[in-house]
Amino acid sequence: MKTIRIFDHAGEFAENKDVARNLRTTLLLPELNKGKPIVLDFDGVDSTTQSFIHALISDVIRKLGSDVLDRISFKNCSITVQKIIGIVTDYVQEGA
Amino acid sequence: MKIHLPNSAHLGNIDAFFKRIDTKNPNALSISANKKWISVHPIVLSMIAAYGAKVRPHISCEAMTAKSAPYIVRMGLFDSLGIDCGIEVNEHESAGRFIPVTQIKTSDQLSDFLNEMVPLLHLAPEQARPIKYIVSELTRNVLEHASAPHGAFLTAQYFKKSNRIAVGIADTGVGIRKSINASHATGSDLEAIRLALTPGITGTTRREGGTEQNAGAGLFFIKSIANVTRDFFVIYSGSAMFKLLKRSTNKIRLHVDPFEDRHSVDSDLPKWPGTVVGIDISLEQTAEFNVLLDHIRDTYDQAIRERKKAKYRKPKFI
Repeated sequence: MKTIRIFDHAGEFAENKDVARNLRTTLLLPELNKGKPIVLDFDGVDSTTQSFIHALISDVIRKLGSDVLDRISFKNCSITVQKIIGIVTDYVQEGA
Repeated sequence: MKIHLPNSAHLGNIDAFFKRIDTKNPNALSISANKKWISVHPIVLSMIAAYGAKVRPHISCEAMTAKSAPYIVRMGLFDSLGIDCGIEVNEHESAGRFIPVTQIKTSDQLSDFLNEMVPLLHLAPEQARPIKYIVSELTRNVLEHASAPHGAFLTAQYFKKSNRIAVGIADTGVGIRKSINASHATGSDLEAIRLALTPGITGTTRREGGTEQNAGAGLFFIKSIANVTRDFFVIYSGSAMFKLLKRSTNKIRLHVDPFEDRHSVDSDLPKWPGTVVGIDISLEQTAEFNVLLDHIRDTYDQAIRERKKAKYRKPKFI
């Protein structure tokens, strides 16, 4: 299973939406489009922003449907990161 | 434009400072100041720097005699404007904890700045989290939505007496109304500000939840942080201003509609060509950041459900 280490791309404060978009289009979507599972590893990431998480996963959920969340594992998330991911996955599915 | 640095201009009384801005000559910047004492929120310095970048080199500044004038120098205002104010600064004097006027024009500059910012303000990690969050989201708003050729101007200051960080960000871009109007027709600057503060509303699309890059949640998050930490939050664009007032009760309650928060507005201010945001963050309250996120989740869900419900077709009973 492929693992994307967010810290390696975005640092301890993952906020750069350009980085998030690149991760989505070059690593996340191609893998999920093949029907494969993926791990988003937040080890070393202290915090993030709603905008970063939105740019990383909202389009993936909209394009591939809510079921895609069964194939994405969020690993080593701090409480803050978990809560922000929860906000984004909720509103994307509510607004779908 | 004429801007006067008054005796006192902080978010609680910032309205008077805004009202006094003279916009008659938009092609030059003229700065004057109180003769005895100047105490201003970073929002004031960010505004002056942003406007100065727009009209440079047509900038003039009257001689400053206030005892606190060296503070303005140390905050980097005159360096940013490229003018010599003639004020001598004792370099050995404590400069306190602050971020001088900083211009940010690119996404990578912002990321670098966020790394450098925390040591400058001497923040513990739990205190740094909401401050970095606010600076990132506000500045990215400018870079993505303002079409501001000079980017964002940011200034921050720690106030020891009240144990708070004050942050001010200004730009001279298109302003909130033009940005929001790209997807939502609004009749006034104030209405545009109201929409911009509503979760799920963005100028990039009419679609619920935004686009793949924008959700329309950034300003709502920031207003919510100020609400939870019982601090002021001010947003001024065009001729309108919204000010979140300090929460008067212990109960935390976030509202989808900013006009349901404890607030004040003014829709008849001198027209600011762009957007200005000021916020105070109490460092004693920052541990509540994770609690805040729970409140935001509930309020955001409620907002989407209510808007979806408003679009439901109603049964026709005859």
